[in-house]
Amino acid sequence: MIEQNSSVKRSKRWWQWAILLAIGLVIFIVPIPAKADAPTERFFQIDARRFEYDPAILKVNPGDRVTLELVATDVVHGLAIDGYNLETTADPGKAVRLSFVADRQGTFRFQCTVTCGNMHPFMTGKLLVGENTFLWRAIALTGLVLVAGIWMERK
Amino acid sequence: MTRLQDIPWAEEIPFNGQLDKSHRRLQFPDRLNLYRVDWLRPLFKSRWPQFILRMLTLAGFVFTILAGLFGPQVGSHNFAIIFVWIAWWTALKLVFIPFGGRSWCSICPIPLAGDWLQQGGIMEPGQRRFGLNLRWPKRLRGSWMQSGAFLLIGLFSAVTLTNPQVTGWVLLAIFGLAVGMSLVFEKRAFCTSLCPIGGFSGMYAQTSPVELRIIEKDICAKHEVKSCYQACPWGLYPLAFRDSSACGLCMECLRACPSDNLALNLRPFSSDLGRQKTTSRLDETFLALVMLGSVVTFAAVFTGPWGWLKSAAFEIGSLPWVRYAFVYLALNLLLMPVIFIGAVWAGERFSVSWNSLKRAIATQAQVLLPLGLMSWIAFTVSFALPKLILILGVLNDPFGWGWSILGLNQSIQKVSISGPSMVLQVLLLMVGLFWSFSVARKLAATSAKKSQGTKLPIMAFSLVFTLLMLWLLVG
Repeated sequence: MIEQNSSVKRSKRWWQWAILLAIGLVIFIVPIPAKADAPTERFFQIDARRFEYDPAILKVNPGDRVTLELVATDVVHGLAIDGYNLETTADPGKAVRLSFVADRQGTFRFQCTVTCGNMHPFMTGKLLVGENTFLWRAIALTGLVLVAGIWMERK
Repeated sequence: MTRLQDIPWAEEIPFNGQLDKSHRRLQFPDRLNLYRVDWLRPLFKSRWPQFILRMLTLAGFVFTILAGLFGPQVGSHNFAIIFVWIAWWTALKLVFIPFGGRSWCSICPIPLAGDWLQQGGIMEPGQRRFGLNLRWPKRLRGSWMQSGAFLLIGLFSAVTLTNPQVTGWVLLAIFGLAVGMSLVFEKRAFCTSLCPIGGFSGMYAQTSPVELRIIEKDICAKHEVKSCYQACPWGLYPLAFRDSSACGLCMECLRACPSDNLALNLRPFSSDLGRQKTTSRLDETFLALVMLGSVVTFAAVFTGPWGWLKSAAFEIGSLPWVRYAFVYLALNLLLMPVIFIGAVWAGERFSVSWNSLKRAIATQAQVLLPLGLMSWIAFTVSFALPKLILILGVLNDPFGWGWSILGLNQSIQKVSISGPSMVLQVLLLMVGLFWSFSVARKLAATSAKKSQGTKLPIMAFSLVFTLLMLWLLVG
């Protein structure tokens, strides 16, 4: 009888874990409607100097036509944007332009592509297209873990 | 160092008493004694497999120093930088520690020369040959100096991690220090008290699924020679092990025990955590906090978009670097300890009766271990994984002399994996948070007053730390 009870309890517990996992998956994959701002032209002049882009954080809306003007102020620097498959290189004192439509929502890192010194591999910046929904999902997941932690207590 | 003389509860060891629960537990089916697995036993029993691995790591170590000092001085093309800070550092955090505890220590090349000098041999150790054989000063014991060494790494990390010559000199200095200390002090004083990686590995080894323990307490207690203690190059006595933080898994005790009374157990993760501490030592707490402060700083410097911060960390001696150093030290020496102590204090206030705050701090520090380990792994995913491809490049031309050993003619390009790596980072941080909650719950359940309120402020601490890491890594 006791064994039966504990096996019922265990199967109940598995169901509860499965539900939590399912909620976690929903948080991660459910589509969130983007704000429908009208696409506009966006222009950024980015000064690249050793290990630093200025500005390093670019915010645009989904659908915006973005033009980046890269100006290297000391040595040759490059700029490649993860997820957009875009890359350019600027010689010192010369400006190069890169245009694209920000058709992918999310946070994308951009980084230098020309070895420019010791900290070159860490010369990065961020392109934010729309809301950083990924971060919000992660925060919601953290909330779920908190709930799971408190629920675990109730066992 | 867990010496016979240093065990505060040595008098509690019953010489002919019953096995206590914690040791009886080791014989239960949630442990698998790898030393009793027929095909694995010869690998541990013989010194040859370990010796061969140590020779390989020693050869790699010497080659790395040479490549650092004489190879190309561009970090991303230098064997030393890529192998130490990308390959080895990643393997340590993603494989060795989470799955093997201090397994790296068992094949680390750094103490090899010191062992040889001290013992007059590696294959047949035990006879002391050179050195003053002094005992390490009592007031320097514990992991305080390891924390200090890690803080030093953090202060100079932007240069050490990117400048091949500095990496070469640092490795050489560590090797020289280890050899020098082995000539002055007995056993592995460097590994036990100074090596920052030893501190890092030892602390997080408590979360790992590997442990070395005695099987029958009575057999050890009756054994007068204590051959395991005599054989241990670390100066440890296995009967005294309460967690896996000190044992370097060198297996010498297994080989020396005449009664076959030692086990190399595969165990559930986190087995060492969730128990009340019997001492009020704060060195481990401080080390755990330094690891948390350091991973936050490293994530901001190396993966953040703030160029001014990278420059400040890199330009050693400049005013921005002084500011960076001040903030880094204030974070680790002041802010993190104050917040954590505040959380423990608040937790104790929630509870019915007041315990020793020092002991409570030492106990609650266990919550920080899964949190720190998973944060380091999550940071490594973004720091190192995208650069793993560079390993091929330096293997192809280790000295930058235009060789093409692997026949790779095209320049090695960095691949972008930021998409999947961000998902992985979030999952790792969530596992760390849940795991730390689980340890907090265990601690609350095992406390004398069984007050669940004690864990709430610590859970809040873990939650805020996780949110900070999330913002740094995927924000």
